[in-house]
Amino acid sequence: MTASGHLGEPVLEIRDLCVDYGVGKKAVRAITDATLTLHRGEVLGLAGESGSGKSTLAYALTRLLRAPGVITGGQVLFHSRPQGSDTTRTVDLLAAGVEELRVVRWSELSVVFQSAMHALNPVARIDAQLTDMLKVHRRKMTAEQRKERAIELLRMVGITSDRLLSYPHELSGGMRQRVMIAMALALEPQVVLMDEPTTALDVVTQREILEELMQLRQRLGFAVIFITHDLSLLIELADSIAIMYAGRIVERGGAQELFHSPRHPYTLGLINSFPALHGEKVRMEGIPGSPPALTSLPGGCAFHPRCTFALDRCSEEIPVLQRPVADSDGTERTAACWLQTDGQTVPQQLALPASAKLPAPRGEAAGAELPEPDGSIK
Amino acid sequence: MTTPTTETTPRVVHGPKRPGTPALEARNLTKHFPVHQFRGRQVVHAVEDISLALPEGTVTAVVGESGSGKSTLARLLTQLITPTSGELLLDGKPVGTSARERRAYTSQVHLVLQDPFSSLNGVHSVRYHLERPLKLHRKPGRGELDALAKSLLERVALSPAENYIDKFPHELSGGQRQRVAIARGLAVQPRVLLADEPVSMLDVSIRLGVLNLLDDLRERERLAILYVTHDIASARYLADTVVVMYAGQVVESGPATQITDSPAHPYTQLLLSAAPDPSRTEPVELRGRGAPPSLVDPPSGCRFHPRCPFAMAVCKETAPPALPAGGDQVAACWLLSPDHAPTTAADATPSATDE
Amino acid sequence: MRILRSTKVVVGLSLLAFFVLLAVVGPFVAPHAPDWQANTTSGVPQPPSSHFWFGTTQKQEDVFSQVLAGGRDTLLISLLAGLIASALSILIGVSAGYFGGVVDEVLSVLSNIFLALPGLLILMVVMKPLPPQDTSNPFLIGGVIALTAWAWGARVLRAQTLSLRNQDYVESARVIGERSPRVIVFEILPNLLPILASSFIFTVIYGIGAYVSLTWLGVIGVPSGVVTWGTMLNVSQASGSLISGWWWWYVPPALCVAGVGIALALLNFGIDEIVNPRLTSARTGRGSGVKFRLGLTPVLQSAPTKGDAK
Repeated sequence: MTASGHLGEPVLEIRDLCVDYGVGKKAVRAITDATLTLHRGEVLGLAGESGSGKSTLAYALTRLLRAPGVITGGQVLFHSRPQGSDTTRTVDLLAAGVEELRVVRWSELSVVFQSAMHALNPVARIDAQLTDMLKVHRRKMTAEQRKERAIELLRMVGITSDRLLSYPHELSGGMRQRVMIAMALALEPQVVLMDEPTTALDVVTQREILEELMQLRQRLGFAVIFITHDLSLLIELADSIAIMYAGRIVERGGAQELFHSPRHPYTLGLINSFPALHGEKVRMEGIPGSPPALTSLPGGCAFHPRCTFALDRCSEEIPVLQRPVADSDGTERTAACWLQTDGQTVPQQLALPASAKLPAPRGEAAGAELPEPDGSIK
Repeated sequence: MTTPTTETTPRVVHGPKRPGTPALEARNLTKHFPVHQFRGRQVVHAVEDISLALPEGTVTAVVGESGSGKSTLARLLTQLITPTSGELLLDGKPVGTSARERRAYTSQVHLVLQDPFSSLNGVHSVRYHLERPLKLHRKPGRGELDALAKSLLERVALSPAENYIDKFPHELSGGQRQRVAIARGLAVQPRVLLADEPVSMLDVSIRLGVLNLLDDLRERERLAILYVTHDIASARYLADTVVVMYAGQVVESGPATQITDSPAHPYTQLLLSAAPDPSRTEPVELRGRGAPPSLVDPPSGCRFHPRCPFAMAVCKETAPPALPAGGDQVAACWLLSPDHAPTTAADATPSATDE
Repeated sequence: MRILRSTKVVVGLSLLAFFVLLAVVGPFVAPHAPDWQANTTSGVPQPPSSHFWFGTTQKQEDVFSQVLAGGRDTLLISLLAGLIASALSILIGVSAGYFGGVVDEVLSVLSNIFLALPGLLILMVVMKPLPPQDTSNPFLIGGVIALTAWAWGARVLRAQTLSLRNQDYVESARVIGERSPRVIVFEILPNLLPILASSFIFTVIYGIGAYVSLTWLGVIGVPSGVVTWGTMLNVSQASGSLISGWWWWYVPPALCVAGVGIALALLNFGIDEIVNPRLTSARTGRGSGVKFRLGLTPVLQSAPTKGDAK
């Protein structure tokens, strides 16, 4: 259920964000030069594995990163246009003080955390959690109004009013996550950050909640940054995707485009790490090696030790995010790869035409097929 | 497919169909856990009457959500838990429950667990983890121990073995730890390898490496492998046969590609429609919302009927047996029975769904 | 060694080493025997002077020599108490946690009973009737003190064993076919070491406190000629030092007892920090100039410009 490609104006602009863990000599660089733009009503997916920095990025944007996280550079511009107003107010979240952050947080930008079991107060009832939050942000509401709004919000996410007086431990995992979503949407924010919101849930519950979420998005019009390691889910869900590796964004583009015509070898490898549900059964290889630790990153492009197409240049210079040579001007696609620069012959798997709508058979996209052992039933 | 027995209802045995005696067979395994509650004694019906056969050189996947009983089934097969009823047969011979027989069983059946961060003891080196099972079951000579341990590492593609053998778990990545856990299992030279969600906690890009390793082991060492997972896509990739569990029972089983291409049971259909599929072109229509039932007081008849969009009157009364659904595929659903199937498509209206 | 990187551990260990050295070597380097009397005529304790660094007692004994001699028994007995109590708490606590069921029930009742007993009172009641020869036997006293101290450690070890028992590596060990005793000793115990160390140190501190209190109160008599820090406090108080202001008689032994206690406590905190790295000051940002506030991630703007190769 992705939006039909409508891209509004930018609502969140991240420019050259850098984040460290620790201060001084022992500091470890967690995110380097992250540049992203989120448009109104868009679903932006952030995909990556451990050490990629995707969760760090989300928390750093909202200044919710815990010690010893420190932001060491960049800007985060939030172009806020509250409901019913015509003027846009721009706030640099990194330069903002406590008061300004408090205004922005939750009423204009909210977060759904990874594990609702840990984000909800275990000794407070569900309705109290919602009304407490309303009390802080909407001082003008009376107790009656708050209660009504709480009931309305819970109904919006599919929780019946007889559950209002339950404690979090009395609800199932899926319902707790729905309560978190209700809390995040209570003040009708413009941007919602979701950090692996459905990872701990069963696949059916996950699908239900995401469907409901997308319907709410159509209704209320907020933009979503969706962080997950499950790239296959993002391709179905997101409008555009940014892939992160070792603290950098290595590719950006439309979801379907990225899936059918990846430009970065890591994206190609990731796509080939998800076995297909249909079609011919072929042997897939994933990506050899494992994601590097941030304390000991390889020189040059952090992915080069695992890359089948690595050039000499890749171990010396860090590639810059730029328009891939395989795409024409005016495209939104960017990739950080030396293969995609002028003068390089791009391998066939990374130069598929962007307009291809038919999914390429998995065997071809993965490269040479390994011969099947005799007698094996595949 | 149905094994003629002296029982009144023919018992359906799930698993890949191969000639000869299966390496491990489970007959009518049932496990009820007692629950201490204020009002009398109740039980959790965790696993209900499951028969499974694992021939050597095959991979069987057990797919289900949390609470389906798949992990309990795996532990029943290792004898970590004793069944309430039912029996296990190793190479056709019943397995005893005396202490000595249990220990002998541990050299035949091994279980690899989900969490690579806690399946190895952080205070011991890789060498210790490999030498213990070797000493317990293989009793090698003086010089052989080191060579055997290193050869185990080579078999799980942790090569050169010298680089890994003296490391401690915290010095290895998740994927490497999982490989050491598998190597440890191989040390006992088992006939059967059971893996409970072995890749769920690993990074996406290294999952296939471990799954491919399991496939190689199946081929090279002729192991019978049971792969427990909630991810139906990886089950399809690795397994010959997929067994789908819901609320402690098997609802469908059959060849992997057949089950995913033409699922017969409404729950399997629900699972497949809910699973992420990037090459999907149409939006998903979920039929059958809600959550798995309580196992303390499961629904009468078919346990899926409260959520099933095609539920009929008979579904509430009697639990359906496993009925053939084409080829080696079976599904426990009254829709497949000629006596009960709806006569027209209009009869199969989705029931009202609410939480 | 990683352990030595923590300042708390280094300071604690050094202090402790100092006192242990004192206890071992003290009696040999003391200028006089602890019951040697400078003269028998004066009845007034002398303040510190160049002859007697810590002054004298009422009987004109050298306080300095007494302090040097007084540490041995105290440290020995508390060490013994710690060892015996730890052995008991491991045996009872870990068995209860690992085996569960009836074993757990019985052993838990046992520990609860001992926990509820008021330690010092029991010690006083048990020790008072004993003749001085017995009460100077460090094993006996150490053992009796241990009996009142083991239960707390047993509860803690039981709780930790319960949580470790469900770890995957314990299950894996059983799947390979390891027997229970082997699992307990080789899989569970090594992971209990940090808590064990902490519990042991706590018990030693308790042991010092108990022994010094008992000798101070006069419950435990000592054979004549033997001096411990506790007896020094006992005698000095009975002679009216507090009222008369003869501070050099009771302050040194009190400081020594406190010093050992501080050394052990520092060692304990240091071990805690190593086991749980989140407690270290480095993570809270102290001393780095950056203030970490929850909900307000600091922004430094010190990153090098774009395009820097690592």
